[in-house]
Amino acid sequence: MKIAVLVFPGSNCDHDAYHTLKHVLSADARFVWHKESDISGFDAVVIPGGFTYGDYLRTGAMAKLSPVMGAVKRFAAAGGPVIGICNGFQILLESGLLPGAMIANESLKFICEYVNLRTETSTTPFTKQIPEKTVLKIPIAHYQGNYFADRETLAALEANGQVVFRYCDPLGNASPESNPNGSVGNIAGICSKGRNVLGMMPHPERCAEEEMGSTDGKRLFTSMIEWVEEKGK
Amino acid sequence: MKEIPVTKELARDHGLSEEEFGRIRKILGRDPTITELGIFSVMWSEHCSYKSSRVHLRKFPTKGPRVLQGPGENAGIVDIGEGLAVAFKMESHNHPSYIEPYQGAATGVGGILRDIFTMGARPIALLDSLRFGRIDHPRTRYLVDGVVSGIAGYGNCIGVPTVGGEVYFDECYDGNILVNVFTLGVVRHDRIFRGTASGIGNPIIYVGSKTGRDGIHGATMASEEFDEKSEEKRPTVQVGDPFTEKLLLEACLELMRTDAIVGIQDMGAAGLTSSSFEMASRAGTGFSMDLDRVPRREERMTPYELMLSESQERMLIVAKKGREREVREIFEKWDLDFSVIGEVTGDGIGRIRAGGRTVAEIPVGAVTDDAPVYDRPAARPEGQDALLRLDCSALPFPSDLSETWKRMMACPEMADKRWIYRQYDTMIRTNTLVLPGSDAAVLRVKGTRKGIALSVDCNSRYCYLDPYVGGMIAVCESARNVACSGAEPIGVSDCLNFGNPEKPEIMWQFRSAIEGMAKACDAFRIPVVSGNVSFYNETKGKGIYPTPSVAMVGLLEDVSTRLVQAFREEGDLVFLAGADRNAVELGGSLYLNEIHGKVAGVPPEADPAHEASLCGFLRAAASRRLLSSAHDLAEGGLACALAESCVTRDPGPIGARIRNPFPESVRADFAMFSENQGRALLSCPPAKKASLLAAAREFRITMEELGAVGGTVIEIEGIARVEAPEMEKAWRAGLTGALGFGG
Repeated sequence: MKIAVLVFPGSNCDHDAYHTLKHVLSADARFVWHKESDISGFDAVVIPGGFTYGDYLRTGAMAKLSPVMGAVKRFAAAGGPVIGICNGFQILLESGLLPGAMIANESLKFICEYVNLRTETSTTPFTKQIPEKTVLKIPIAHYQGNYFADRETLAALEANGQVVFRYCDPLGNASPESNPNGSVGNIAGICSKGRNVLGMMPHPERCAEEEMGSTDGKRLFTSMIEWVEEKGK
Repeated sequence: MKEIPVTKELARDHGLSEEEFGRIRKILGRDPTITELGIFSVMWSEHCSYKSSRVHLRKFPTKGPRVLQGPGENAGIVDIGEGLAVAFKMESHNHPSYIEPYQGAATGVGGILRDIFTMGARPIALLDSLRFGRIDHPRTRYLVDGVVSGIAGYGNCIGVPTVGGEVYFDECYDGNILVNVFTLGVVRHDRIFRGTASGIGNPIIYVGSKTGRDGIHGATMASEEFDEKSEEKRPTVQVGDPFTEKLLLEACLELMRTDAIVGIQDMGAAGLTSSSFEMASRAGTGFSMDLDRVPRREERMTPYELMLSESQERMLIVAKKGREREVREIFEKWDLDFSVIGEVTGDGIGRIRAGGRTVAEIPVGAVTDDAPVYDRPAARPEGQDALLRLDCSALPFPSDLSETWKRMMACPEMADKRWIYRQYDTMIRTNTLVLPGSDAAVLRVKGTRKGIALSVDCNSRYCYLDPYVGGMIAVCESARNVACSGAEPIGVSDCLNFGNPEKPEIMWQFRSAIEGMAKACDAFRIPVVSGNVSFYNETKGKGIYPTPSVAMVGLLEDVSTRLVQAFREEGDLVFLAGADRNAVELGGSLYLNEIHGKVAGVPPEADPAHEASLCGFLRAAASRRLLSSAHDLAEGGLACALAESCVTRDPGPIGARIRNPFPESVRADFAMFSENQGRALLSCPPAKKASLLAAAREFRITMEELGAVGGTVIEIEGIARVEAPEMEKAWRAGLTGALGFGG
């Protein structure tokens, strides 16, 4: 299988995603420049973190206009798995592939640290190997990760089981104290109605090797790879 | 356009002495043009020419079997084996950061990053050494917030992790903070690039951002003292754009994978002037440039402004003739400006044209090699002896040593720095194996088993009391820190922050500190391969403590042998390495400053030969996997090191019970907080004890078994005891509490 790692001007977690896929998971990962308008032949898409276009207008607001995003929309509409991490999540929101928006962290500070995530659903390509209620230890690194959506959107997300991850304490309680950035409902990641598009602020690509202190992030990618392989059969 | 007449008054306003102005006229055989005056003024500024420091900097050892590039280039380069090397440098951005903390700190990060990638290295780590005024000074909170945000804003965006550093607060920095930034990059031996303009006829190419009026005379500003009007200099602080720099970084590294270029240099301090003259000087060539071709973002810029602008995110490239198109294509891909602005010539003259006429014509060597060199008078300050006097017996004995211990751990210098480093992306590039909060950061080098350990240190109280000893200790402590992580110290970069060098007492501090540092580097056989001097750190005539920050780079052949300072297992034995160092050392100590409000006394004895043995022992013990933890003893002595090893344990604090290693005659508070050098606090599983002691004997290191890890209480028998969670709480809240920041 072939996995596209998108590269926009200002992407900076592209090498990390590529490293994890290629060198840790031995997957066939390829960089795809944002000016490409054709991603046929790929089985999955990773939109990595970073500061595309310096976050200068709004996070992700410029990147959504890149030619490659038209291709990603078609890929997603056809059911292909797409994971947007951090700035990749923000791009998915701006593109309309996922609902809601990001505002600045409640503390008005950039935050980089390990957090705990409660897995809310196993019925996505990225969490199929992770039982519900599993607590994952994965780091965040962002300034604008405070997820917001209006009441109706939130109700729909909850009703459809589209909330994939919530910030929680080590025991799995999604308490206000365990919410690092003020996200509504402690939301750390959501998926599309079709469940094949996942956006999440934490960085699974940063914790896929024993020596990094956690291998929980690896489980998302092995889930995704297994999902693609099963679908191909 | 009418030429501005150049007079000696105008030269003086440019920071040039009458004698220097005379020298310029002699070199040119005429009066300089205004553009030429601008060029000389920045190139002969202290910041660019090192005119007051050069004679002393020669005392540093700069050679060694690993050194691939010593001082004089954009960064130093040291071999780490397997065809790989590390390029690194530290630089100050003190004055801009005081005037405009966010942009000053941000562009400090941007500038040093360019110095690294211009050598062909991909930056993988940043460190910051920060000094602010006293913590309750009305401006400190604003400056801390701005500087930390600025570092975060730039480093996080460009995607280079900030993995460590240090921060101190002292009244002497009230009007002159220090922001020193270190960057390290990894480069293949066969991909090292240098800033040389060789090959007559080769094109000189401008790439990156457009030129504006920002930062004109930044280098001259860095070479002056501060006064009330310094705030008015805000326009000379550059504005950073980390997004553009990220594009520039990727474009330059992509370009370097071709063989289309012969030299490249960042346009840092003194912008187009320093990059063009320095590159030609290194190659022994000349150049001609047409300023009409410089991309610009403001109208009606004069040649003077174009040559002196310090607009950020720009590079000057000398390409191979005929390869211009390849270079252009790469920069266009990354949406960056590209313009051929001149070519290399063979006559040794820098010839600059604008509007169809020549605006400057200067022999290249005259502005670089012939810059003035001063061996300025140095004299020990009259009051120095008085500073060294300290009657320890007159110090009141604390009524409750356990409370004092907590107070020490909660003081801003000791307290948890998480509020700061939480704002930095410490993990990006997935190399950081030891995150901030231990003696040294440790990064893996992907594709190898190797690791790099990094630490930056300086105790400026020691340097103030005795700059020679303080300089030695700065080197020894940073070496000890990387050795405690299991690494071999292999190279130093430094940032020498001092007051006005025209004052003999400052020059004495400078000279003494360098001699102390050089002595320690010699003992360790560690070369100084890069660095920076920052003079004129004075406000209204009051100088800072001499602050020679030392950044140490260590190498682990096998990164899986790395160690952290935190205790690991219940039941592990606790040892003190260097236990024969048991005279009371309170001069310049944190205890004296924090609890008794004094900065006085003779600083601790430094013994570089012993320190080198200790580092050898620590490395051997780590590589033989004998240790569970290793922690350097520094500010706050044994008691604070013990408490740190307990409270920094992941996932939560643990207790430990140890004996007091000092003779009974020593006062208990002194035993706890005495800052003897050359010591480390170790822990090991009981089964490894015999091997550990044997290793210590090999290196002639005196070890004393002090106790064991375990329980919930941190205790020095018969002296003080504190519940570990209580100690952790005090330590965690100390910095944010003092600064008045929540959480």
